[in-house]
Order: sequence, then structure tokens, then C-alpha cells
Amino acid sequence: MDITEVAVNRDNKGKKKRKKNPKKKSASPEGNGEDSGDLKTEQKLEKSEAAAAGAGAGAAAAFPPTFSVSEIKNKQRRHLMFMKLKQEKRKQKLQLKRKKKKEREALGDKAPPKEVPKTIENQRVYDETTVDPEDEEVAFDEGTDEFSAYFNGLTNPKVLITTSDRPRGRTVRFCEQLATVIPNAHVYYRRGLALKRVIPQCIARNFTYLIVINEDRKVPNGMVLCHLPDGPTAHFKVSSVKLRKEMKRRGKDPTEHSPEVILNNFSTRLGHSIGRLFAALFPQDPQFVGRQVATFHNQRDFIFFRFHRYIFKNEKKVGIQELGPRFTLKLRSLQKGTFDSKFGEYEWVLKRHEMDSCRRKFQL
Amino acid sequence: MGDTSRLCSVWLGSETGILKGVSLSRKQAFNFCNTSHLSRDQEVRALCWGDPAESELLVGSVDGTVKTFSTEKGAFTETRRCGDPVEGCFTGLAVLSGSALVTCVECGTLRVWREDSSEAVTELNAGKNVCRMRQSPLHRHKVATGGKENGLKIWDLERPEKPLFTAKNLRDDWLDLRRPHWVRDMAFIPDSDKVVTCTGYHQVHVFDPSSPQRRPVLEVEYGEYPLTALSLPAAGNAVVVGNTHGQIAMLDLRKGLVRGCVKGLVGGVRGLQCHPSQPVVASCGLDRFLRIHSLEDRKLQHKVYLKSRLNCILFASRDLEGGGEAAGQGEPQEVKEEEEGGDDELWDTMEQVEESSKRKTEEEEEPQKKKKKRKKRQD
Repeated sequence: MDITEVAVNRDNKGKKKRKKNPKKKSASPEGNGEDSGDLKTEQKLEKSEAAAAGAGAGAAAAFPPTFSVSEIKNKQRRHLMFMKLKQEKRKQKLQLKRKKKKEREALGDKAPPKEVPKTIENQRVYDETTVDPEDEEVAFDEGTDEFSAYFNGLTNPKVLITTSDRPRGRTVRFCEQLATVIPNAHVYYRRGLALKRVIPQCIARNFTYLIVINEDRKVPNGMVLCHLPDGPTAHFKVSSVKLRKEMKRRGKDPTEHSPEVILNNFSTRLGHSIGRLFAALFPQDPQFVGRQVATFHNQRDFIFFRFHRYIFKNEKKVGIQELGPRFTLKLRSLQKGTFDSKFGEYEWVLKRHEMDSCRRKFQL
Repeated sequence: MGDTSRLCSVWLGSETGILKGVSLSRKQAFNFCNTSHLSRDQEVRALCWGDPAESELLVGSVDGTVKTFSTEKGAFTETRRCGDPVEGCFTGLAVLSGSALVTCVECGTLRVWREDSSEAVTELNAGKNVCRMRQSPLHRHKVATGGKENGLKIWDLERPEKPLFTAKNLRDDWLDLRRPHWVRDMAFIPDSDKVVTCTGYHQVHVFDPSSPQRRPVLEVEYGEYPLTALSLPAAGNAVVVGNTHGQIAMLDLRKGLVRGCVKGLVGGVRGLQCHPSQPVVASCGLDRFLRIHSLEDRKLQHKVYLKSRLNCILFASRDLEGGGEAAGQGEPQEVKEEEEGGDDELWDTMEQVEESSKRKTEEEEEPQKKKKKRKKRQD
């Protein structure tokens, strides 16, 4: 009991003195501690400890093992102690690294393989809905779903792009740029029309897709992508929109050629559905003359859209130029059937409290 | 194949036309398909037991055929043509004593078919846009139908001219506007005459035909999305409902309060069924998973990935886990339950069990070789 009291007080006082050369004996604090145990008043106890403790300041060996830098009340001193601690740690780490490197060189071929650092993608929880390419049932399911008309070459995509009511600024420009990226796309002004009434008219005019960009405070923040004859409706959250003006080192405007489409990392069953949804936006046969490519890259459930123009300098080197808008999407819900948010049946809904609790579990 | 189908304690019908059986004790799911090619025409819309002994399953598909599947043999034994696809899909299948079959389609035609004839013995019109038809477990000749703007009607099949009970719509609301109603699913409460229905306007109603009131006796609202499925657990006074967002809740029918929600489902609920004796509920839906939760603590007990969107579900009355009959299952019941309880479990690969049977009636033998070939390819 006495010993612990001595420890705490001593540290405080010790830091006040802040001796650089703590070469006094570590035995002296103990000796004084015993003496102070005999004294009656606490103040005398403290003073004697202070006198002795000044000796113990600065030396790591003198501190009791339970001491930590955060117990020092003085901010400047605490900061200095912490910096010293970090420098010590860094030095040790460098030494360890050098030693390991030497060992590795010494062993040569017999060295153990380099360890792979853990990333969230490495540690991803295995999803049982990951599509196996040889699975017949899933292949049949995909082969006969709502996109089968497109993938069998029967229909050509025709896209209608519109916004929420009274769009402003960035959203309007974003829609125009999106229309240049997607071939056969038309932008229409939404005059406050209800989507449920727009959809039958679109079907009558042979549109295959309806894109509605939702705007909030002059910035696009949501997208509803509806496949038209009777297809699924996906609702995304749009973020990080960069228009052409804001892009650095960009190329000239995209031409009318159909781009190639790259879909990265859509591995689960839901991912496959969304991937097919994106693929059906573009015509099936890309025009390689145009050398344009649209990429939908899925990482950690965020889908990154980029539009590039590439040129092969020789067999191995390729140069790319980014054109076109760039944005990020996150899927919020996938609804079976055309847009009907109140009475439609949802195939997948993002439920944050249930799904976002594990950092290593992803849905797409 | 017969032995695999005897093991299965949960049966599901999918949109691709495959009948799936799941054995929870062995943690395996089996596909039973009719022919080697699947088609969306065969999408299973209604499922019911063919007889009280639960040796036969009746499967109603979109193209108007009702297939009989025998669990003893593990094969489809017969197919019957019970209606045109023009009229809509099956919304209900039931079996009367004496091997008569009752079918109801979306356009409202309710037909009773006898074993031998290809014409309906009795036919009645239950209105338009029927969403569901259910049979009363006590009185086998009573059925209930309901649909969009088509209120609950209880019919007696022996007197098909007029319904026994027609429900009245709710009172007009505070603006004097007519309340829309859309009955999605219903169930007969055992030990009484009452019927509980769930609607597309997120309401649950209880009707009592024995009382003079034709309006609902009890009304409970849950959520903001249409309720699509309903089931009554074995312990009374409660009902389990599911909606299009995948929210499943247990409601108490005595006062009309929500007792608790079951979490886990992500897509719209298409089929819900409570086990006849154990406090367990199975749910299936558009997210291609079968989930089994326990009703007391609302925890997930089993989760199976089944690759196609699932439409209907049926429980076998026997014990869920007690299906295994092989030797080596001599562990006590408690140990088994400890192993099975808990979170997601990795399921074995699915065995594709298929046989081709002739589509005429009275055909039983299934060719063994095709089954073995399929199994080899799967491996």
C-alpha cells in the first residue's frame, strides 16, 4: 500500500524536476520510501519523496513498470516524453528490419517467403452466394432473367436520362456528360411528371432504360436505374461526382463510338445482377476504332465509374487518358419490377445496422 | 433418391421450377426437377401436402399444371392439367378428402377436380384478382379467398353458390374517402372460426364469422410496406407476418401489439411457415435464402443458400432435426441442438437429383442410371 503511494507521487514530482542525467541510484527512492512510512504528516512524506524522486527522474529503469506516458499531467512534458518514446520505437523497428533483411540475404534461396500484409479485401468474409461459373442452376437463372433479351441480342439499349424536379447547375451538366458517355442516350427535362406515368410512355417508345438522377442542393446524390420492359430497378447513392472541367490531364471529348465495358469484381449473385444491369446500358458490340472504355469497378461495395481513352504504344505499353465524368455509386436497394417504391417487392435492401456491423463482409 | 426425399424436412418451390428439399439434420439441400431442362414456365406458385400422412406433395406451376411428387419415391408421379395460363397463376392449392383437388387461379375461378376427369366438378367465381386461397384445417370443405379490392370471402365447397361469409371493407377514413383494401394472405385460426388476414396496406385484420360484425374484429398495423406472407405459430394468440422489405414480425393478436421482429432477411418475403409443433419459423423470399429462426429468442438457427428466388415453403410435420435415421446419430438431442444453434453454417454442395418421368399419369419407375450420371457430373 505504501509502495504504491510512493510511486504515484514520485512520478509527478519527478517530472517537475526533469533531470537530463538521472544517474542517481535507483535504490535511494526505496530507502526513502521506507523512511517516509515512519513519518506522520503527508507533506513531509511528499517532500522527502520529492527530494529523492528528483534523482529518479528521466531514467526509464527507475520507473515502476506500470508507468505510462499518459499519466504525466503537464502537457509539454508529456509531449516530449511521448516523442522520445516514439523515436525509441522507430529506432528499434529499423534495427529489426535491418536485421531481418540481413538474415534474408544471408539465407538466399532458403529464406522464408515474404509475409503478405493483411488488408480488408484479403480478410473478406467468404460469401456463400459467390457465383460458381459451373453452376447450372445459377446459369439458368441468369440466362432467363429480365436481361435475357439484351444478352441474346434481341434488343438494343436506348436510355432516357432525367433528373428530379427542377435540376440546377451541376446536375444538368452531369446529365449532359452522361449522355455523351452512354451511346443512344437522351436527356429530357422532368417537368414534375410522376415516374409511374413516365414509365409506360417510355415502354411505348421502346426505351430500355430509365435513369433518374436525384439532386440535393444543386449536387447529384442519388440515381435510380430502371430496366424498362419489366426489369429490376436499382437505387444508388451517388457521391464524388467530378465533371469534365474539374479533371486534370483529361483528353478531348468522347466521340460517338460505343465504348467497351469493364466490370470488375462483381462476384456474388447480387453483384452479378448489378453487373448485368450496367452491362445492358451499353450496346453489345463495342467499336474498337473509338478506343474508349467505360469501367465499373467494385471495391468494398462501392462502384467506381471511370471513362478512359486508351492507345497501345507497343505490345506491352498502353497509355490512357481519362475523359468524361467520374462518380462513385453505392447500391441502396434492388427492386424486382419497374419503379414502385411503395408496393414493389424488393430483392435486396441495404439495412445498415445489420449489414454494416462487420467491416469485412461485403454484399456485391 | 427416395431416401434423400424422405430425409427432407422443409420443402420449397422456386422460380426456376425446381422443387427443393432441405434436410436440416444432415445440412443438405436437394433439387428435384422433372426433366433435364428447366424452364420459367414451370415456376412453382403453390405447394401443398397431398395427404395428411405427408407422403405426397402437390406442386402448382405457372403453366397450369399440378404435379404430384412422392416423398417416398423421390420422384414426380403424375401431372395434371388444371387450368390455362391465360387465367393467371395458381394462388392456392388444397386437397379434399377423397382425393379431390381444389385449385384457385388469379382471375378468381375456383375449381374442384376429381381424380379421373379432366373437367372440374365444381366451379365458382371468387371475384377478380384473387391473391390467395387457403383451406381451413378443421373443416376441409371450407376455403377462404381474398385479393386486390376483393375482400375476404369464405366459401363452403358443398354449397358453391354463395360465400358463407363476405367481409365488409373498413369504415371510410376521416376524410370520408373509401379505404382501399388488398388482401394478400390469410389463415384460419385453429379452435375457432376466426380468420386472420394481412393486407397490402400493412394491416393485419382478424375476422370472426360467428359474430354479426362483418368488419374486422381486430386491426393491427405493422410497418410501411405491403405484408406478403402470414403464418400462425403452434402456440396460439400470435401471428408472424412478413413484408416486401424483408421485415418479419410477430404480432400478438390479443391486444394487437408487436411482440418482436425477426432479423436477417434482405429481400421480400414470399413464403413464411411456422412449424406445426416446434416454436420455429421458416422464411424464404427473393434473396434466395431459406432461414429458420426460433420464435422464442428470435435467433437464426439455420440459413441455406438456394440459388433461385423462392416462392413457397412447406414444413414436414415431423421434428426438424430428427430426420436422420442412419447409425452414428446416437448423440443425445441436446448435443445436436447445441451444434446446430448459432450463426451461419456452411452448407455442403447441393446434389442435383433428377429423374425424367413420363408426363402421363400412373408412371412410377425412375431410371436409376440418369441419376447416377448426374451425380457424377456434379462431382
